[in-house]
Amino acid sequence: MTAVARPLRFSRWIGAPLMACLALSLVLATPIHVLGLPLPEPVTLMVPAFAWGVIRPALAPAFALLLGGLALDVLWGAPSGLWAISLLAGYLPGLAIRNVLAGQSNLVLGVWYAVSCLVAQGVGWLISAAVTGSPPALAATGLQWLSTVLLFPFTVWLIAYFRDADVRFR
Amino acid sequence: MSFRDNPFGEVRLPLLLGAAAAAVVALLVAFALLMADRRQTYQAGASSALRRASDQVVAPVTGALAAPVRWMGGVGQGITGYFFAVSENRRLKTELAVARTWREKAGTLEDENARYRALLGLSLDPPAPMVTARAVSESRGPYANTRLINAGSERGVKVGHPVLTENGLAGRVIGVTPRVSRMLMLTDAASRTPVMIQRTRARAILTGDGGWAPELAFLRGRDAAKEGDLVLTSGDGGVLPRGLAVGRVVRGADGGWRVRLATDAAPIDYVRIVMFEDFVKLEDLRALSRPSPPPPPTPVSALPVPKPKPKATQAKPVQAIPTRAIPTRAIPAQAKPPPPPAAQPAPAREPAA
Repeated sequence: MTAVARPLRFSRWIGAPLMACLALSLVLATPIHVLGLPLPEPVTLMVPAFAWGVIRPALAPAFALLLGGLALDVLWGAPSGLWAISLLAGYLPGLAIRNVLAGQSNLVLGVWYAVSCLVAQGVGWLISAAVTGSPPALAATGLQWLSTVLLFPFTVWLIAYFRDADVRFR
Repeated sequence: MSFRDNPFGEVRLPLLLGAAAAAVVALLVAFALLMADRRQTYQAGASSALRRASDQVVAPVTGALAAPVRWMGGVGQGITGYFFAVSENRRLKTELAVARTWREKAGTLEDENARYRALLGLSLDPPAPMVTARAVSESRGPYANTRLINAGSERGVKVGHPVLTENGLAGRVIGVTPRVSRMLMLTDAASRTPVMIQRTRARAILTGDGGWAPELAFLRGRDAAKEGDLVLTSGDGGVLPRGLAVGRVVRGADGGWRVRLATDAAPIDYVRIVMFEDFVKLEDLRALSRPSPPPPPTPVSALPVPKPKPKATQAKPVQAIPTRAIPTRAIPAQAKPPPPPAAQPAPAREPAA
């Protein structure tokens, strides 16, 4: 098998995951109850936010997260910029330690993903507390963090799918 | 030679720096947008054109997504109703018997209240029209608790209008488009609602925090609240009408008083938007100082049976009832005399205690 140094298409590794996550958020915003419980509200964009940092360093993910975060703000009715800042805060740890994460097991990857989600939630919590003047409930914040962490299998799949797509970044 | 040894290794550092620089630029843009956001003002026009446009797009999409689930739920309810019709019928008959008793009491109290209000010269809120709508999208996260409802300015909805479910107050409108409105739930971290404890009339501010039970902040007074007390809107500030049911007082895990919302009793599906107008926003404020209409005539059946002796205690016309006799008989002990109507609007809907 020959390795070909073909560049990744923007639409494949940025556009498609971004749109898929926004579509999933839209579906989960449906006001329905299943077995008497409302649907969870994970921050779906944390999946590509962490994966993009690990896959390869590039300029586009940051601006994609900015757009995605603003879309979440509009969808959820949050202050403009809250989720953009939070997602970028969750993206930076993955970008910073991508060399360390190379070749590590899924368990290590999972722990760092959980830490990145925690950073994103923490930043969101601080911004919300500063903007509204009252700290959001920790239980609700923890619940959203947990539902986001449970999306880790999708993060693993995304990383595995694109990590070797461009052989220059092996 | 492997690719790890090739000259591409040299471009890794600039790429990493470039990615970090891009993230910093994006962060700055997001921060600027956060500073420019006027969501917290909740004034008409505060929601941006982008937000309004997206609300109009999102509402039909989530409405369509929810339709199959609603349909399935309807089928499930139909099947359940078929198999449990007998027990349901028995339960409803019992409830109906109780409700009939309450209806009679309510009728008597309503008539009594109307006469006392007239005697005290209270100016009541004009009957507020309502619009029924359906929640088509919701956010339940810790930082934003809002819903989109499929009624907008075309049906008269305005920013600030309270939104009710069949169980009580759910929130208020913070953004309006022609066909869709966004409502801020009482649980939102930015929600502040003036409320009172029905038993003690103690005032507090219901402060949302994204959790299931908003906090009762600034609650003053000794023994002002206890577990299970009914919480109503106080009407202070004129933002909301007085007397809307909010929930029951519960003790939070942190030891503070919180409110278990009445709307938690059932999923929020259909809502009613009350076209409530604040008194201070009325164009003709002189209407508030106009004399109230005379009290309604007392039905013959409601009059006390006249006693033959002494003659002074025989039934008199309603207008002849001395004012000083009213507080001891009509107003409950915990109720304070209401302030002037211009300062505090009278209840638009006072639920039965």
